[in-house]
Amino acid sequence: MPPFEQPLLNPSPEVSDEIRKTTCYMCACRCGIDVHLQDGKVKYIEGNKDHPVNKGVLCAKGSAGIMQHYSPARLKAPLKRVGERGSGEFEEISWDEALDIAAGWLGPIRENNPSKLAFFTGRDQSQSLTSWWAQAFGTPNYAAHGGFCSVNMAAAGIYTMGGAFWEFGTPDWERTKLFMIFGVAEDHDSNPIKMGLGRLKERGAKVIGVNPVRSGYNAIADEWVGITPGTDGLFILALVHELLRAGKVDLEYLTRYTNAPYLVNGDEGSAESGLFMRDKDGKPQVLDRATGKPVAFDKKGVKADLAGTLRKGGVTHRPVFQLLAEKYMGAENAPAAVADRCGISADRIRRIAAELAHVAFEEEITIDQPWTDWKGEKHEKMTGRPVSFHAMRGISAHSNGFQTCRALHLLQILLGSVEVPGGFRFKPPYPKPATAHPKPHCAACPGEVLNGPHLGFVQGPEDLMFDDDGNAARIDKAFTWENPMSSHGLMHMVISNAHAGDPYKIDTLFMYMANMSWNSSMNSGKVMEMLTDKDENGDYVIPRIIYSDAYSSEMVAFADLILPDTTYLERHDCISMLDRPICEAGAMADSIRWPVVEPERPGHAGVRGFQSALIQLGAKLGLPGMVNEDGSATYQDYADYIQNHERRPGVGPLAGFRGKDGKGKGRGAPNPDQIQAYIDNGGFWIDHIPDEALYFKPWNAAYQDWAVERGIFDKPEPYLFQIYVEPMRKFQLAAEGHGAHQPPDHLRAQLKVAMDPLPVWYPPFEEGVVDPEEFPLHALTQRPAAMYHSWGSQNAWLRQIHGVNPLYVSGEIWQEHGFAEGDWAWLSSRHSKIKVPVVRMDALNARTVWTWNAIGKRKGAWALDEKAPEANKGFLLNHLINELLPPKADGMRWSNSDPVTGQAAWFDLRVKIERADPGDQVAEPQTPSQKSPVGQGPKNVSYGEQF
Amino acid sequence: MTTLPQNTGKKLGLVIDLDTCVGCHACVISCKEWNTSNYGAPLSDMDAYGESPEGTFLNRVHTFEAKLADKPAQIVHFPKSCLHCEDAPCVTVCPTGASYKRVEDGIVLVNEDNCIGCGLCAWACPYGAREMDAAAGVMKKCTLCVDRIYNENIPEKDREPACVRSCPAGARHFGDFADPDSNVSLLSAARDGLELMPELGTRPVNRYLPPRLKDDITDSSSIDILAPLLDPMPETASGFLGWLDKALEKF
Repeated sequence: MPPFEQPLLNPSPEVSDEIRKTTCYMCACRCGIDVHLQDGKVKYIEGNKDHPVNKGVLCAKGSAGIMQHYSPARLKAPLKRVGERGSGEFEEISWDEALDIAAGWLGPIRENNPSKLAFFTGRDQSQSLTSWWAQAFGTPNYAAHGGFCSVNMAAAGIYTMGGAFWEFGTPDWERTKLFMIFGVAEDHDSNPIKMGLGRLKERGAKVIGVNPVRSGYNAIADEWVGITPGTDGLFILALVHELLRAGKVDLEYLTRYTNAPYLVNGDEGSAESGLFMRDKDGKPQVLDRATGKPVAFDKKGVKADLAGTLRKGGVTHRPVFQLLAEKYMGAENAPAAVADRCGISADRIRRIAAELAHVAFEEEITIDQPWTDWKGEKHEKMTGRPVSFHAMRGISAHSNGFQTCRALHLLQILLGSVEVPGGFRFKPPYPKPATAHPKPHCAACPGEVLNGPHLGFVQGPEDLMFDDDGNAARIDKAFTWENPMSSHGLMHMVISNAHAGDPYKIDTLFMYMANMSWNSSMNSGKVMEMLTDKDENGDYVIPRIIYSDAYSSEMVAFADLILPDTTYLERHDCISMLDRPICEAGAMADSIRWPVVEPERPGHAGVRGFQSALIQLGAKLGLPGMVNEDGSATYQDYADYIQNHERRPGVGPLAGFRGKDGKGKGRGAPNPDQIQAYIDNGGFWIDHIPDEALYFKPWNAAYQDWAVERGIFDKPEPYLFQIYVEPMRKFQLAAEGHGAHQPPDHLRAQLKVAMDPLPVWYPPFEEGVVDPEEFPLHALTQRPAAMYHSWGSQNAWLRQIHGVNPLYVSGEIWQEHGFAEGDWAWLSSRHSKIKVPVVRMDALNARTVWTWNAIGKRKGAWALDEKAPEANKGFLLNHLINELLPPKADGMRWSNSDPVTGQAAWFDLRVKIERADPGDQVAEPQTPSQKSPVGQGPKNVSYGEQF
Repeated sequence: MTTLPQNTGKKLGLVIDLDTCVGCHACVISCKEWNTSNYGAPLSDMDAYGESPEGTFLNRVHTFEAKLADKPAQIVHFPKSCLHCEDAPCVTVCPTGASYKRVEDGIVLVNEDNCIGCGLCAWACPYGAREMDAAAGVMKKCTLCVDRIYNENIPEKDREPACVRSCPAGARHFGDFADPDSNVSLLSAARDGLELMPELGTRPVNRYLPPRLKDDITDSSSIDILAPLLDPMPETASGFLGWLDKALEKF
C-alpha cells in the first residue's frame, strides 16, 4: 500500500466580498450582526463582537437569518382580497393602488369619527413612530402587543420601582452571587440571559430556576423549583414572611430609597383611609426619628423612622413598613400554609429564604466608589447585596400576574438588591417613575390630532378613559374599571370587542406584525369566525381589515388589503431611546437597521418597510406632522423620518451623532449624515455612564444630571420606590364608595381585592370558574430558544429542530392514564377540546402538561406543503383558551385577563386529559387550508452552492 | 484502508460544558450556516418545506432526561459532533483515502474529491458523527472549521470554529489538547473532562465537562446550617416594634 498523502488544502479561502453591520430581528433581542455578502447575496451572518447586546455571540435564530431572508413565504406585492375572507385568494396590485385604497378607507373615518379606526401593531420595534402616527390620525384605538405579552411585568415594575426586567434592566451578571429566575421564555432576551448564565457558571454562582417545566435555563439551574402554575406570588410572599420574621431585611435601604417610612392614614371607613399623610404642598410625610415630628419625605438631613406612629386629629398614621410587616408576618403567609398549593415543601421555602438572606447580608459587596445622593449626602462606597432576580411571562401571564410581579419586586426591595452592586440594575432610559410617564389620552375629534399619547400610567380613577356617557372610550376597554392600569392596551380583545360591537362598532381594523387569527389570539377558531362573520346585509361585521406582514402568515388570509413588509435585512429601523433601545446598565445605546441588501421581488410590485408605507400613507391623508405647508410630504420614507424627526427640540429617534458636527450625544439638531455615521460605527451608538453614576441611579445625583444632559429627562427625576402604590389604593377607595368617580357595582368586589396597594395573592380566576375535580391539570406553553413565535416554521433550518410540538405530560399523569409511546390524547378545557400527540416528561410539575408555542400551522400558510407536520401534528393550545370568562348572571362580558392591567391570562388554563384513538394521527381541530399567495417552497435546498 | 498518522503535532478539539449548555441550538445552526457555504459541498435540506424535512448537519444537540434516585428528573442537553479521535475507525475503514486525519493538527476530514459515498465511515463511527449528504452524495462531518481557524482573511480573534464563536453561554471551547497548558487542557483537568465511550479505544480528542451536581441540598440538613440566619424575632407586635427600633439605631 502506498504511503498516504494528505491532500493540499487552502487554509485561507475568501470569506466574503463585504461585511455590512446591522441589527438582528430574528426575535426581539436586537443583537448586532455582521452580514457577509458575496456577489450581492447573503453568505453568512455572525454576531458583532463590538455590539453591547450580544458581544459577538448569536443564537440559532440569528444564524438562521439567511433562511428567513430568502424564505419562500415572503410576500412580493401589495394584495387585494378577491375571494372570501379567510380563503387566501388575492390579486397583486401596485403600491399606488394599495395606498389609494387605504387612504380612501381611512380619510372619511378621520373626517367623521376617528375612533372607527382600530390601529394595533404587534411585535414591532417602532412604537414611537406608530403611536405618533395614530395620535396624528386622531383615533384613541392604538396599542401594540404588550397586553397579550407581559404588561403585568412592565407595569408592576414601573409602578413599583420605575423599571422592570428585560429591556428595562438586567442582573449585575459580573457581581451577583445568587440568581433566581422565574418563568422565562427561552426566546426572549435570549443571548444576554445565556451569556449571563455562562458568566455565573464560570464563577460557580448559584442559579435557582422556578418554573413548572425544567427545560432550557432551568435545565442548567443548580436548583429547580417545579412550582404549581399561578402560585408564584404565594411562594414569594412566603419568602417575604420568613425574611421579615427573621429581621433579614435591609432597613437602611428601605428607609432611604423607598416609601417604607411614608405615613399612611389609618382612619378606616374614611375617604382618606390608606392614603399618605401629606403636607400643604402635597408632599408625603415621614416621621423624623430625631424629633418624632412629621416632615416632608424629601427633607434634607432627616433620618426617617419606621418604628413610630403618629396620632393626629384622632387618627393614627403608621409607616408603610409596619403595614407590610403586619400583612406578611401573619400565619396565612407562612411556608406551611402555602406549601401544598405551591407544590414546594415548607422546609424548602424556609431554606431558600435563608439562602437569600445569607447571600444578601453575609456576602455583602462594596465598591470603592464615592457618590452623592439626591439629598446631597455623600457616600464613600457603593454597597451591594449580590442577589438578583429575573422573571417574565411565566409569572405575569396570569390573572394574578400584576400582583405577583409586584410581590417579586417587593422581595428584591426588602433585600436591598435593586440598583446596587450585585443586584438588579436598570438600563437607560430607566429608572423612570410612573409619574414621569404620560397619562393615557383618548379625546378624539373629527379631523383632529388626539389630545395626547394613547398609553400611559394612570394615577387614580380620574385618569380612566371614558366617553361623555361613561362608556369605554377605547375599543379594547383599556383604562376602565375592568382593568384600570392597562398601560399597554389589550390587543387580544380588539377583534372580539369589534365583532361584538362592545363598546362600539368600528369600520377599519389595521394591524401589523401580529398573527391575530392564529397563535397570538386566544380562542383562535372563534376569532377566525369573527373575522369572517357577516351581518344580515351580507357585509362583514368588521367591515375592513388592513394588515401588514413580511410573510404569508395565517393572518394574511383574513385581510382585505395587504401592505407587504420587507425582511429585516432590507429595511431601515431605529432601536430608539424613544421606544425600546439597546442600552446596558452601564451605558446608553441605540442602533439601526439599514438595507444591507435591496428589497427585490423580480416580476412583482415589490415590498416596502411598513414604517415607510405608514409615513407615505400619513402624507396621503395629510396628517399633521407628515405634510408641509404646501401639501408635500415631510418625510419621503422611514429613513428620512429617523434622521430628521424631532420629538422635542434636539431630541429625535436616534440619540447618537446628533448636531451638524455629528458629535451630539442624546441632544442636538438633526444630522443629515446620521444614519451613515451609525453604519460607519457598526450599526449602533453607545455612550458609557460615568463611574460615579453607575449604581443607585434613581437617587444618584450624578446619574440624574447625566440623564438630563443626554436628553433622557428634561429635569432630574429622582424618586423613591413605591412599595405601597397609593394610586391603587385610590381605586380601592372608589370601590368602597368614596369619590366622584365610581365603578359599576359588579366590579367593586374585584377592585377591592385586585387593587391592593401592597402585593397580594389571590387564586387565578380560572380556578374560581372551573371545577378542579373536572379539570385537575394545568396547561402551559413554553417558547423554544430556537424559534420566535410563528416565524420559525418557514425557516428550512429551524423547522428541523422544532417541526412538531407534542404535548409533554408529567410521569404522574402518564401513569394515571396508562399512556404509551405514540399515544394521542384529548385535552379539554371548560371551553373546547383538542386532539394531540403525547410524550412523557418527568422533569415537569406533576400536575402540569405543556407544549411548545406557535409550532402548529394552518394548511397553506407560510409556504409550507399541506402535508407539513406543523399543519398536521402541530397544534395550538389557544383553542382551549377563551378570551372571556364564562358568563355570570350579570350578562357582562368578563375578559380573561388580569383585573389590574388587562394582561391576557394565558397560563390560568385548567384542563383534563383522556386517551384518544390515534385515528389518522392528525391533530384536531383542523382548519380548512388557505390559498397561498406566494406558492410553496422548493422541494430541496442546497444553500451555498452558488458561492 | 486508509492509514492514520503515527503522531499529530497538535491535537485540536473542543471542550463542551454540559453544565452550561442550555440546549439552544446556536452551535447547530451557526455550524450549518458556515459550512453550507464553505468547505466542500453545501449541506443540503431535502423536502425543506415539506412533510419530512431532512438536512445534513455536522453538529446536533440531543436532549436527554435523567431520572436520578431521590432527586427531581433532570434535562441534559448534549451537543454532538465529530470527536476527532486519535484512533479514528472512520479513517481506517475508508476504501479510497478520502477520510483522513491531518498530521499537523489531528483534524479528521473528508476529501470530497475522493469520496465515493459508500458510507462505510459512518457505519464505523460509534458516535454517529458523520452524515451523508443526500444531494451531493458525499460524506460530511465536522471540520473544526479548518477553513476558519487558520484563515488570514478573518481577524485573528475570530479564528475559531463557528460553533465556539457563536455559543451564547460560552459552553464551547476550542484549543490544542497536546499542549497541557492550553485553555482546553486546563479546563478539562479542572472539571474532570470526560472522554466519550473510552472503552471503544477510539481515543477521542474532544472532552465533555459533566453537569455539576444539582438539587444537592436536601431540605432538612441544609436548614441546620443556615437556620441561625432565620432565627425568628419575638412573636408579639410589640416585640417586632422593639426589634425594629433597635435595628434602626444601627445605621
